[in-house]
Amino acid sequence: MGNISDKKVQELEQKSNEIRQSIIESLTEAGSGHTAGSLGMADIFTYLYFHGMNHDPKNPDWSSRDIFVLSNGHICPGLYATMAHAGYFPVEELKTLRKLGTRLQGHPHRETLPGIETSSGPLGSGISQALGMTLSMRIDSSGKTSGRFVYCCVGDGELNEGQNWEAIMMAAKYKLHNLIVIVDRNNIQIDGYTEDVMPLNDLAEKFESFNWHVQEISGHNFEMIDDAIDHAKAIFDKPSVIIANTIPGKGVSEFERRPEWHGKSPSSEEAQKALKELRTLGGNIRCDQLD
Amino acid sequence: MLNENLKLNPDLFKEDLGASQGFDKTPTRNGFGDALLKLGEENENVVALTADLSESVRTEKFAEKFPERFFEVGIAEQNLVSVASGLAHQGKIPFAASYAMFSPGRSWEQIRTTVCYNNQPVKMVGSHSGLLTGPDGGTHQALEDIAITRVLPNMVVVSPCDYQQAYKATVTMSETSDPTYLRLSREKTPQITTTETPFEIGKAQILFQAKEQGGDQDGDQEKVGGKIDVGIISTGVVTYQALKTAQKLEDEGLSVEVINIHTIKPLDEEAIIKLAEKAGAIVTVEEHQINGGLGGAVAEVLSRNHPTPQEFVGVKDLYGESGNGYELFSHFEIDEKAIEEAVKKVINRK
Repeated sequence: MGNISDKKVQELEQKSNEIRQSIIESLTEAGSGHTAGSLGMADIFTYLYFHGMNHDPKNPDWSSRDIFVLSNGHICPGLYATMAHAGYFPVEELKTLRKLGTRLQGHPHRETLPGIETSSGPLGSGISQALGMTLSMRIDSSGKTSGRFVYCCVGDGELNEGQNWEAIMMAAKYKLHNLIVIVDRNNIQIDGYTEDVMPLNDLAEKFESFNWHVQEISGHNFEMIDDAIDHAKAIFDKPSVIIANTIPGKGVSEFERRPEWHGKSPSSEEAQKALKELRTLGGNIRCDQLD
Repeated sequence: MLNENLKLNPDLFKEDLGASQGFDKTPTRNGFGDALLKLGEENENVVALTADLSESVRTEKFAEKFPERFFEVGIAEQNLVSVASGLAHQGKIPFAASYAMFSPGRSWEQIRTTVCYNNQPVKMVGSHSGLLTGPDGGTHQALEDIAITRVLPNMVVVSPCDYQQAYKATVTMSETSDPTYLRLSREKTPQITTTETPFEIGKAQILFQAKEQGGDQDGDQEKVGGKIDVGIISTGVVTYQALKTAQKLEDEGLSVEVINIHTIKPLDEEAIIKLAEKAGAIVTVEEHQINGGLGGAVAEVLSRNHPTPQEFVGVKDLYGESGNGYELFSHFEIDEKAIEEAVKKVINRK
């Protein structure tokens, strides 16, 4: 395994739990939004914003920063909560999600919220934009290796969109090794399980045949995430994809692995139960004042 | 008469269209390609992308000279536009070129979300627009590209009438921070303007002035005053047909003014309203669907500000078909005869 310390792992686990609580609170307040994917990717977002990425929440346009592109924009409640906890904006602002005048649009809008690198929602365009950013970095480093990395998160259902494969071909053509794509492999999409709606079959084999470096991990294990990112950074002749197996709705047993939670938000009652489960770490610690 | 102040091709109405003076017929796509090459030399942030059409859309010379700043994306227009957005995100000025039918045709949602909603300064170039694409037929003749681009917030839409205008538009586009669409034509067409003709995005030009009315330096006739019979508003390469018709009508005793709208968005509303006030009758001329095109844009302005009888010369809710480009102009009634009939019809409605 990688170099991440046990202490850091504990810190990240604590942080992602807090972020999951914020996701539940903001979605419940909004009254609509995507719960399952936001909770499912909370660990990877936490890893990137609290350990993996070179970035500065107080200076979102810092020219040497790593870049995070969220291609599957509908899970932005997870990204917003992570960014707020990282210091991009006040955690309190998460309660404005999806409301008139908010910077936290239902799907991310680059022009309204500093730190959002690109608008997304319509699926399939993120890898293309991330590879354009990576090409630009290559020009800026005169063809030599740039020290900057571009991370792009895509949903597994999103890979139904043909544009992804246009970009996947092109990134391999230009050997864009500073591009790291993370697939949220949670096996659900709106109409049901991915393998019923449009089978993806062996995703690793697909990416390998497009000449990408492929790793497959659990998206909830910080040591594995850290190790995979380290490995991806060490590859110099091709772009990298990390297929992160995630549990949709992770952290709240009522929501886990249920496609119906893809696109809806919790009611107040459901939220209370969910928050209690998160705050007691699944009932393992007592927290009487929550009753 | 042609507006002398704009230093237009003085031999435009001669049989050789001024070829003996160096004004050979040249496609607007060449104006883009030549300007792009010059921009490559002058601005290291300028980059270019093509979807397997580098010779046709004239990015080939740029690609040869600046291989590290040229990206061949293959036959993948959605990727073309979104990669360009990523390049713009990091400070580049990307020119993303294909046939208009494929981009903005196929890439429209990517243009909307990744370029215009993101407000990234991507320069989208659509060649082979309009009926002059000719024998390739209806699948390849983009007649809707102005409509689908001008509807987008943040977007600038430029539709040059000739080689020089396309050249100047390309240079000017590279200097702005706006998402911009440049509409180009495949066919060699007459050179109307010259290197000395001014060009400013968003500013219409009076190319043809009503006789004996003079005008000030900009060809602005406000100071002279007086009414004229008809105003013609044109965009793109069919502007030549509009000018030719104006000359014929003038010879027959009508007073006609022609303004060229090279920028569809932002539209020079002031110039359009002024012409409507002066003429009381307007004909719009374009190589595009009337619905959503220049004609629609002018009607939107006039109905709000100065309701005026208007006739529309353009494609009437039809797809194109194979044929020689100018045969198609006649077949689809956007030739000189059709413009003349529209003028007579609109004058009767005054």
